[in-house]
Amino acid sequence: MLEIDHISKSFGGVKATDDVSLTCPTGSLTAVIGPNGAGKSTFFNQISGALRPDKGRILLDGVDLVGMKPGQIVRAGIGRAFQVASIFPTLTVEETLDAAVGADMGRAGSLARRFPLKETFARARHVLDMLGLADKRRRIASTLSHGDQKLLDIALALVLEPKVLLLDEPTAGMGPEERWRMIEKVHELWAREKLTLVFIEHDMDIVFKIAPRIVVLCYGRVLATGSPAEIRGNSAVIDAYLGTEHGGAAV
Amino acid sequence: MGGPSFARDCAVAVVALAVLAILPFTVGSTALLDFVIRCAAFGLFATSLNLLVGYGGMISFGHGMFFGLGAYAFGLLMQRTGLPLPVAFLATLVINAAIAAIIGAICVRLKEIYFAFVTLAFQMLIHSLIISWVGFTGGDQGLRGGIPRPPFLGIDLSNHTQLYLASCVLLVVGLLLMRQVVESPFGYTLRMIRDNAYRARFLGVPVWRMRLVAFVLAAVFASMGGVIMSLFVSGAYPEFAYWTISGEGIFIIMLGGISTFLGPMAGTVILLLLNDWVTRLTDHYGLVLGVVILFFAIGLRKGLLDFAVDWVRGRRTGLGEAPRDA
Repeated sequence: MLEIDHISKSFGGVKATDDVSLTCPTGSLTAVIGPNGAGKSTFFNQISGALRPDKGRILLDGVDLVGMKPGQIVRAGIGRAFQVASIFPTLTVEETLDAAVGADMGRAGSLARRFPLKETFARARHVLDMLGLADKRRRIASTLSHGDQKLLDIALALVLEPKVLLLDEPTAGMGPEERWRMIEKVHELWAREKLTLVFIEHDMDIVFKIAPRIVVLCYGRVLATGSPAEIRGNSAVIDAYLGTEHGGAAV
Repeated sequence: MGGPSFARDCAVAVVALAVLAILPFTVGSTALLDFVIRCAAFGLFATSLNLLVGYGGMISFGHGMFFGLGAYAFGLLMQRTGLPLPVAFLATLVINAAIAAIIGAICVRLKEIYFAFVTLAFQMLIHSLIISWVGFTGGDQGLRGGIPRPPFLGIDLSNHTQLYLASCVLLVVGLLLMRQVVESPFGYTLRMIRDNAYRARFLGVPVWRMRLVAFVLAAVFASMGGVIMSLFVSGAYPEFAYWTISGEGIFIIMLGGISTFLGPMAGTVILLLLNDWVTRLTDHYGLVLGVVILFFAIGLRKGLLDFAVDWVRGRRTGLGEAPRDA
């Protein structure tokens, strides 16, 4: 279980995260929405250790992660993919995953053997199959399509076998069709791997369709938390965010 | 599946060594053997620099300090201690590793341009130290009086052919070890850090520690080149530790290529050939070298071996700059 307990983070005078609390039970699927600048990415950056909250605790199965380095947080079981696919452009898909698994097994500094190590094959291959990247495994990452690069980024997070997976806009920069394919994949992944999944998404149709639970952030604060129906009917949310875009259409 | 095996690399090394070993008995030209010895010294140095630049994405402008320190440490150990030659050689590598660990601990945390300039600063510091510590290093005169080379295990390095053979063995063994480094899991960790250090950190890769290991390993192999050089000239001179050596290293890997393991070796041969032929023909060596560098940098946009490898791959797949699909 992931528990965010009253975290706050300010940059200068701006409160990017203002007293945010959120509990994600094991195996839950949560969408985080909010207008640009609502503090969604900053929120993720604090959970994954890229930023340290000024106040509050972040507990994974009761262990406080605040103050740990990104590498330690990964080892504790929180994997993360990025809004702009963060990959290794010159490595092939399978080299990327073999190297990541090797690093996770503590073999990043191994000099005596040849890459790839055979003990990394099974895990790397499992994730390749899971995300449908197996037939592209010999491709150099920079030559992949935008969508496949995003998948590779997610694969990098998954291959470390996290308990919690954070996806920062998995569908960013995709066309409508590709978007749905991606989100179906994400949903399928969540259902099959029994992950605790938290994702940021801009597309309301997607969010309302697949997320059982939605958190709305606005100006760094939690505006509302609830089921799609509750969020749709929440007057504060309609005013702050949905109003112009979706309020009319939903009625 | 997988990269080249260690066994295959060993086979290539054995063949290369055999070819080099036959030279003195077939061609027998002293000038050629001297040329190969210099190629061994600079080839080890340049390939070690490429561990940092090509594989680690760490552009060092001060790597020449370890070439110089290798020559000086070995020369001083042979002149001032009674250590057997192989022991002095190993001690030289250890000394260089220790110095590189200290300098590296300061440098590897710095971002690109700062890393480049702080390594350069350390090089200048080491060079000044050599110049000013006259009692120990001989100052600007260098280590004079020759480097004693008592025979060991039946090997006598004052014999020119034996020195040649020893240099070839050091070169081939050094290259084989560096090849192992770049094809090991560590080698791929280095590539990850070069490509995207931020992401590597999120995979739990200890980025600084890996960079430091690369820095120390590169220094050790560079110092092997320095040892060969000191044996070749039977001395050590401040120029070996001057920044121009680092500059030549950068030239060499630009000429030969940074994406192919043997690129720096090819670059070494090109630079030394240019050096020898052009200086014989004209006084304007710098001008000719500059034109050649421009041709590689602007014309080919990559080193010779990188260009050749891409060209062959492009012909095979008919796609020009093809992905590594084999």
